[in-house]
Formats: sequence, structure tokens, C-alpha cells
Amino acid sequence: MARTTVTESGEQQHTLLGADELILNMGPQHPSTHGVLRVKLKLDGERVIGSECMIGYLHRGVEKIAENRSYQQFAPYVDRMDYVAAVSNGLGYCEAVEKLLVVEAPPRAKVIRTILTELQRIASHLLWLGTHALDIGALTPVFYCFREREEILKIFERYCGARLTTHAFRIGGLQYEAYDTLEKDVERFCKAFESRIKEYEDLLTQNRIWVGRTKGVGILTAADAIALGATGPVIRASGVKWDIRKAMPYAAYDQYKFEIPTGKTGDTYDRYLVRMEEMRQSRLICLQAIENIPSGPIMAKVGKVLKPPPGEVYHSIEAPKGELGYYVVSDGTVQPYRVRIRPPSFVNLESFDRMVRGHLVADVVAIIGTLDIVLGEVDR
Amino acid sequence: MADEPKEQQAPPVPAGDKPAASPSPPSTPPAKAAEGATPAAPKPPAPPKAPVVLQTPLNNELVARLRTKFGTAILEAIEDRKQAIILVERARLAEIALHLRDEEKFNLLTDLTAVDWPKREKRFDIVLNLYSFPKNERLRVKAHAAEGEKVPSVFGVWPTANWLEREAFDMFGIVFSGHPDLKRILLPDGWQGYPLRKDYDIIQQDNAWVKENLGIESGQ
Repeated sequence: MARTTVTESGEQQHTLLGADELILNMGPQHPSTHGVLRVKLKLDGERVIGSECMIGYLHRGVEKIAENRSYQQFAPYVDRMDYVAAVSNGLGYCEAVEKLLVVEAPPRAKVIRTILTELQRIASHLLWLGTHALDIGALTPVFYCFREREEILKIFERYCGARLTTHAFRIGGLQYEAYDTLEKDVERFCKAFESRIKEYEDLLTQNRIWVGRTKGVGILTAADAIALGATGPVIRASGVKWDIRKAMPYAAYDQYKFEIPTGKTGDTYDRYLVRMEEMRQSRLICLQAIENIPSGPIMAKVGKVLKPPPGEVYHSIEAPKGELGYYVVSDGTVQPYRVRIRPPSFVNLESFDRMVRGHLVADVVAIIGTLDIVLGEVDR
Repeated sequence: MADEPKEQQAPPVPAGDKPAASPSPPSTPPAKAAEGATPAAPKPPAPPKAPVVLQTPLNNELVARLRTKFGTAILEAIEDRKQAIILVERARLAEIALHLRDEEKFNLLTDLTAVDWPKREKRFDIVLNLYSFPKNERLRVKAHAAEGEKVPSVFGVWPTANWLEREAFDMFGIVFSGHPDLKRILLPDGWQGYPLRKDYDIIQQDNAWVKENLGIESGQ
């Protein structure tokens, strides 16, 4: 820290006040930490020279719960990790257990799963966009974002009766047949959404304050991103063109055309652009998928009691936040022997320290926002 | 089906007796692979009624290269549901990890975790899930560790292991030697026991909490 004094001749003089660092505690009750994240910031004046994330405030022992439930009973729990993208969590878990059972969901179920999961990606990105902009001081986008998100949640509600913790999928396929107007609803949303994304971009992309607050802030190079295990939009904004939907297609993604947007510098602005483009691509996937939903059964032949043969499987999907992996070990009984959840938010948050060093306290808020973490998933 | 490693061992196709596993249509591709491997697979001992063997020995080029380089430190290589798994010697884990990152291009440590098998002599499985961007394939590296045995940290190879190893320590009590700051991450510092161990008693822990914080018997 430096103290500025003015000498008799009128000159400004900066003197260092020793090597004292200020430790600032941020959270766990802080509106911009998006939950219960606590960050210990080491400050030199207004500059961050170190940080430590204290997590675990929302730890519920999800992995331990899994060991004491049957495979089906555990499915609703996964919705409560990334609670703003419950459909994606459910998809990952169901597909992992299907792999363990060596069964595959029927084509119709796969396509409906894809549609709902892509809608969920849009909803999750909308929530991120609204709150991220709100944190930085752009008050307007959050209202628009929630307006569109509401439309998606209504589709979920009509499909399975729930809006947030949906439990939309079952191991082996789907519980519910698509309701009569699902295609129409999705189409209407997608048609309207194109101009809506433009609305958000009009508010932010060229906005001088927005650009000033995000460009060059929280830079993560591609090498750092890989070393720190970042995935999803974070690694793509750093220039690594990698998306599990393309690299190792699951559900029905191999049938649709879409692009993987990437950034160049890996700063907060790039991550913003990448997620905006991802929403456009998700919209295109939905439009392609509703054109041709195959008919047929929606449930594969799985027994009422699931007893996967002993063994283990790791399956991961491209969740809105990054790679969501499930490592499931079976000992041949009706309960999983071990369920390990590889949460994208938890691993992405590890990059926080690298991104925040050298920036101002005000940028910390922007960097937490740009990582798009959900504490339910970080802490499990 | 997609994240199976590219280079797979083509199992010898048996001439005659096909197991009766084929009629289920959704499971055809995996079942086929399993059928082919029936005669050679040593584990698990196939029960007479369900001859579908999901675990087969893995003998691809990667394993051959690793065996030449590390010899007996590669204890086992199998394929489970078409996913490659290698079991390595615990003491050489970090060394093998570095080789896998630099020479075999497994540049992303996706996940690091553990599994507890209390009845086994060495109770813990340390499980590393690796991904290679250039090859687009996954590899699972495992090592066994007994209670109290230290596992070499792979923090120096993949910095992301920092939090993942802390979580494994938090949940299983596995100590990683060479980790810069091994302490609990999700649970409070004063927590007793390691919850994801199989012998962790949830009810006893609940009783203790109720007694300490509420001063009554929990009645569970």
C-alpha cells in the first residue's frame, strides 16, 4: 500500500507503507458470488495479489447419498447440483448408468433429450448473462433474459410438470411422451429467440462500459486453461476448439450441424461472445431436431430393478458449464458402489486465482461472473 | 459409445457358440464386442447363465509402449465396456503421469478421485481420468493404496490436481506426497473422519452432532 503526500514544493510523493497486505474477505453472503462462495483476497491497495476460494458451504454429501440409494432413486438428486441446468445433469447421469447397464435409449428418446438439453443450455446461459451483466452494472439485460428463460421453463413445465429440478429423463429413456404441442412451442420460442439475442447484443456487445469492464480482464491462456483443467465455454474462449458434443457425440448430437465458437484471448469479453454464439447454435440444434423426431418407443428394455453387472464406467457430457462427468462403479447390487461426479464448476473455479491476479477488486466480481459457477455443483 | 479409445484390441471371434445375449436390440454394439471376447477373458469368472463379459484384457500399442518403458510398473491393462483402464504401481504414479502427458499427449486431467474397497488388502483405488486432445481419447489410470500409504501427487504434472487431490484427501483421508497445500476442501477443518470411506458411520456422526450441538440424544 502506498501513501500519497504532497511536499512543500507541491510535488506528489508516494511512500510505501511497508509490505503489509490487506486481507479482504468476500462472501459467503455476497450478492455477486452467486451463492455461497467465500473468497479470501490478498490486496495491495486495490490490486489483487492473491486469492483463496473457500468452498463447501453447500456440501450435502451427494456422492455418499448415491451409495445409499438405488440407481433410480439417486436420479432426482443430480438435479440439485447444477440447479439451473437440471436437465443436463439428468442426461449425464442417465447416460452413464445406461452405459453401465449396456443399454441404449431409443432414437426417439435421444432426440427429445437433445431438444430439452439444448433448451436447458440456453436457459442456463440466459441466467448467466443476466446476472453477469447485473454484477457489472448493466441492469437491463437481466429482465430480458428472464423473460426468455421463462418461456423455456414453461416448456419444461408442460413436459414434465417441473420447472427447475425437472427429473425429466429416466434411466433407459423417458418417462413421459412428448406433449402434443412440444414441437410447436419449441419452434415458436426458437423463431422469436433469434431477434432476442440481437436485443441483448445491442445492449452489450458494443457498449463502451461493458467492453471496458470485460476486455482484457481475467485472461486465461490456452495452456493455462488445459493445465488447470478448465472445460466448456472457458476453454473455448481461450482458443481450444473442443466440445464433447462434437468430439465424443452422445444423445443425438451426431445428427445435427452446429459450430463450435471459440475466442482468441481468453478474456471475459471472449467468454461473453462464446456463450452468446453458443445460444445461437443451441437454437439451431433445436430447430433441426424438431423437424424430425423419430417415432417409436421412448423407453429401452430395462428392468424395474436395475442391477448393472460389476464394473465401472466414466461418461461425460457437455453441460452448459463444461464437462460434466459421472464415474459410476457397480458391484452388481441394486445400489451404486460409488458415484463420482466431475463437476465443471468446481474445476473451472480453480482457474479463478490465475485469472484474478493483478486485477482490481471490482474485476473480481466480473471474473466470478464470467466463470459461470453454480455453488450447488461446486460443493455437491 | 463415442468415448471409447480408438485403438482397440480386436478380440478373437469365437467360431461357434454365441452366447444368448444377442436378442436385445438396443444393446447390440457393446454386446457384440463382449461376445467376441468370451474365451480369453480372465475376469470376472463368467456365471454360467450370463456369458457376457464386459472386462477384457487390453493389449493395444499404447499399453505395449508403456510396458516397454515402465516394465512391471504397469500392473494390469483392461478394457471395461470399451473404456481403457491401466493399473500402475502407486510409487511410480507421478512419473508415469508425466510420461503420459508429454509423450502420449494425455494433456488434460479430467478427474481425479478414489474408491474405497475396505475388504481388499490395499483398500483405495486412486482413479485418474485422462483425456488427450490430439488423439481424442480417454484413458483411466488407477493405482492401489493401502491405508496410510502416501500417493505421489500429480500436481506438478497437471495443476488442476490441486483441488481434486484435496477433495480425495477430504473424503477418503488419502495423503498425497508432494502436494503444496493438502487440507480439507469441502468439509470444515475440524471434521472427524472421512465420509466417503465405506466404514464411515453416518448415524454415529449424526448422533455426535446432535449431542454436541443440541445437548440431547438423537434417538436414531
